Amino acid sequence: MSFGVLRKTPINQRSPTRRNTELVLVLFAAALGIACYLVFYFNRGLELPSVWPVAVGCWVALCLASHLLVRKMLPYADPVLLPCVLLLNGLGLATLNRLNYGAAINPAVLQLIYTAVGVVVFGVLLRLLRDYRVLQRYTYLLFVIGLGLLLMPLLPVIGKESGGSRIWIEVFGRSFQPAELAKIVLTLAFASYLSDHRELLRSAGRRFLGITWPRVRDLGPIAMIWVVSLVVLVFQSDLGTSLLFFGLFVVMLYVATDQVAWPIVGFVGFSGAAFLAYLFVGKVRIRVESWLIPFSDVDQNYQVIEGQFGLAWGGLTGRGIGMGRPTRVPLVDSDFISAAFGEELGMVGLFVIIMVYLLIVMRGLRAALGARDWFGKLLAAGLSFALALQVFAIIGGVTRLLPLTGLTTPFLSQGGSSLLANWLILAILLLISHQGRAPIEERDAEVVVDLADENTVLLPAVRQSVASEVSDEEVG
Amino acid sequence: MNKSVRRVAFIVGLMFLALLVNLSVSYLFRSDELLNSVHNRRVQEEQFGQPRGPIMAGNTAIAATASSGDPRIPNVRVYANGAMYAPVTGYYSFIYGRSHLEQDYNAQLSGTSAAQSVDRIIDALAGRQTAGAIVQTTINPQVQQAAWDAMQGYRGGAVVLDYTTGAILAYVSMPSYDPAMLSSLDYDAVEANWKALLADPNEPLSDRAGKEVFPPGSTFKLVTTAAALEAGWRPDTLVDSPRGLQLPDSDHVLTNFADASCGADRITMLDALKVSCNTAYANIGMALGEAALRRQAEAFGFNSAVSSDIWSAVSRFPTDQDLASLAMSAIGQYEVSASPLQMAMVSAAIANNGVQMEPYLVSEVRNPDLSVLSIHAKRVLRQSLSAQSAQLLQNMMVENVTSGGADAAGISGLSIGGKTGTAQSDPSRPVYYWFTGFVSEPHVAITIFVEHTPDGAAASSSLVAGRMFRTVAEALR
Repeated sequence: MSFGVLRKTPINQRSPTRRNTELVLVLFAAALGIACYLVFYFNRGLELPSVWPVAVGCWVALCLASHLLVRKMLPYADPVLLPCVLLLNGLGLATLNRLNYGAAINPAVLQLIYTAVGVVVFGVLLRLLRDYRVLQRYTYLLFVIGLGLLLMPLLPVIGKESGGSRIWIEVFGRSFQPAELAKIVLTLAFASYLSDHRELLRSAGRRFLGITWPRVRDLGPIAMIWVVSLVVLVFQSDLGTSLLFFGLFVVMLYVATDQVAWPIVGFVGFSGAAFLAYLFVGKVRIRVESWLIPFSDVDQNYQVIEGQFGLAWGGLTGRGIGMGRPTRVPLVDSDFISAAFGEELGMVGLFVIIMVYLLIVMRGLRAALGARDWFGKLLAAGLSFALALQVFAIIGGVTRLLPLTGLTTPFLSQGGSSLLANWLILAILLLISHQGRAPIEERDAEVVVDLADENTVLLPAVRQSVASEVSDEEVG
Repeated sequence: MNKSVRRVAFIVGLMFLALLVNLSVSYLFRSDELLNSVHNRRVQEEQFGQPRGPIMAGNTAIAATASSGDPRIPNVRVYANGAMYAPVTGYYSFIYGRSHLEQDYNAQLSGTSAAQSVDRIIDALAGRQTAGAIVQTTINPQVQQAAWDAMQGYRGGAVVLDYTTGAILAYVSMPSYDPAMLSSLDYDAVEANWKALLADPNEPLSDRAGKEVFPPGSTFKLVTTAAALEAGWRPDTLVDSPRGLQLPDSDHVLTNFADASCGADRITMLDALKVSCNTAYANIGMALGEAALRRQAEAFGFNSAVSSDIWSAVSRFPTDQDLASLAMSAIGQYEVSASPLQMAMVSAAIANNGVQMEPYLVSEVRNPDLSVLSIHAKRVLRQSLSAQSAQLLQNMMVENVTSGGADAAGISGLSIGGKTGTAQSDPSRPVYYWFTGFVSEPHVAITIFVEHTPDGAAASSSLVAGRMFRTVAEALR
């Protein structure tokens, strides 16, 4: 897989920044979003809204601003990630506008504001976290914050139930999905924990069936996450988030240790829990039924069925933007936005969107390969995989590959928390790829990694910049 | 560690491949089933938005296709003078389906009938959209308008038939509704309209011209007279006509309208018709017997449905009656019920010398290029009574207009025959007023039925329905 090839750049040779490549791609992505926005009005024979130059202007400004931020602060960052995200974000904005045409309150406006906030937060994060490795120190604090965010909707006053899932909190009249932020914080915590304990988890254990099995006492953390996932599943009725966190943790464990036993243990554990949930949690059972036999109960499975009708109606090339009836699908703004794309842009359009996600994920994993420290490697791999798993679960759910899980479609779905969180993920991936690709003299704050903290090897901290690198020879 | 990252990349690749394969498989193998599902509104809406041929009354398109402005459902059904023609056209609604001609001629209007299949193939080869056929009704817009105007403010129905062919020239139900309220693409509004129409105490959705039956009252005396004439009675045959008639095996004393006398205790059948004498007709009915009366009623079409392109409710003449009930039936009370269309068919058969023509609403169906797809051939339903009896009865009805109780309908210079009717099924309910008759030139039969007068005051059928009859008849000149 070409994405995954680690290109070894001689340390002292200046690698190209490729910022101009990024600019061209950013402009292309921006133009595609604008086209998607305007074509709706042309197709439907409607007059353009009077604010269209403002909307287009704001959008172009945001695209250029995010590009300039990267150009200024992360000149060596991956040039494909930002354009891919802008492409999705633009399509999402245009589609939200189209889906809510004629509505009193147009959520696309709010979404554009959230995008602006996302770009600002993106810039702030780039500024503050020139070296993301500072975060590695706060393993347990991050755990506590992450779990706190994850379980927050269960709190009595601020927790809010909607659509059968208790995954929202409401503060000052605005609802927020803390799991989106928890996803990032917990990934940081996992990365931090695992980069510290990887040697231990890696070496200790007993070999059986050609696989090194972990010791029972090392199962603690995974058991804890398993329990948390179960709590999320049972008390928040949130199949998607539960799957996401568990999958994320297991994969990070695997990346940290290189041991296949972890995914196997994880898979068996999750399957068992999921089966029990199917037996005892009504909502999970409904989801499975609407996946396998949707027409057995047309009213109950209305959403899934309408989504299917939309995809079938779109066919190969789609009805054209504005020419379908995606608003027949409940929650088409959020969970089912991929059905709207399938209906209006067709199977081909949905393919393209899936491939753009794949490109983002692969570029993220590429950043993981290029990262020169364990923490960054785990972080990039974890965040990329989380994104992949989320896209897989929600698009797979909408297209009936899997039972439906209530996850947002990153960068496309309506929702501020999801959009902000995903812009944060982009910032972190760009940071890691920049750190990986930048020539030594341009890397920031190498001193942060203090090898005295490393339990395994004690080296005098003379040439820290070299020591902090994880050479490919060591792992490969 | 990089090895496992690469493996994760491989797994991610597989996951995304699964998404793509699943989408492709769905597209290839699930699409047909999904698109043909009865629950798939998208497909139905596209069909709903196909162009449709017009329904014509004279040279006016009373139902036609107009551009909706939404390219997804490009066409919307519009109705000219919708409420007036609603019982003819029916409605074409996405949510509530179709009714009347929109339903009965749906295949032709949408261009999918068997007769249009060759055109469909040619159009498909030429890449054109098949246009629907033009449905030409027998309705005469002028007469329809006159009947509609005459009945404004009342509740009831009116039917005008060409008695030589059976063509329906006017078909009015009042109050009515505009079918555009149900054909709109604004489904929420359609739903609200539908609920409002159902909740309306005046029942605007009911078709009072042909699909509802009411006690016909004294207009039924035409049937009783026909039975008597067929049994050998003459217009001058004398009948007992007491002021009050004690019905056999009953404590009910039958009286005449407004408790009046019929002029004498024994009068001719002609006079009995002219003063609409209840007691005389009760005696005629009892003398003829139930079998003869029912045979005559059925010869006029009672107890059977009209099933050409106008689906009427079945008018009833009951069986197994005792003598008291029979006496009441003979004057159009008890359980006798008839639609205005049925009573128009009675007058039509009498006026057409006993030959009852099948009523119909669509004269021809043409392709958009005006070539004829189908044309109505007039059809004799039955010989309702002998030509001789029919002519006697015609004269009796004409005399009833010139010098009898139906004089309100008279127009000098026209040969008009008619019969009034007043029915009250229950003292607490409003009175039903009827007028049925014929105009010899142009040969039409007209029935006016008024369910309820707006002021609720006691008026006579002659005054209310008779005048409407005259208004409609004048529109025919």
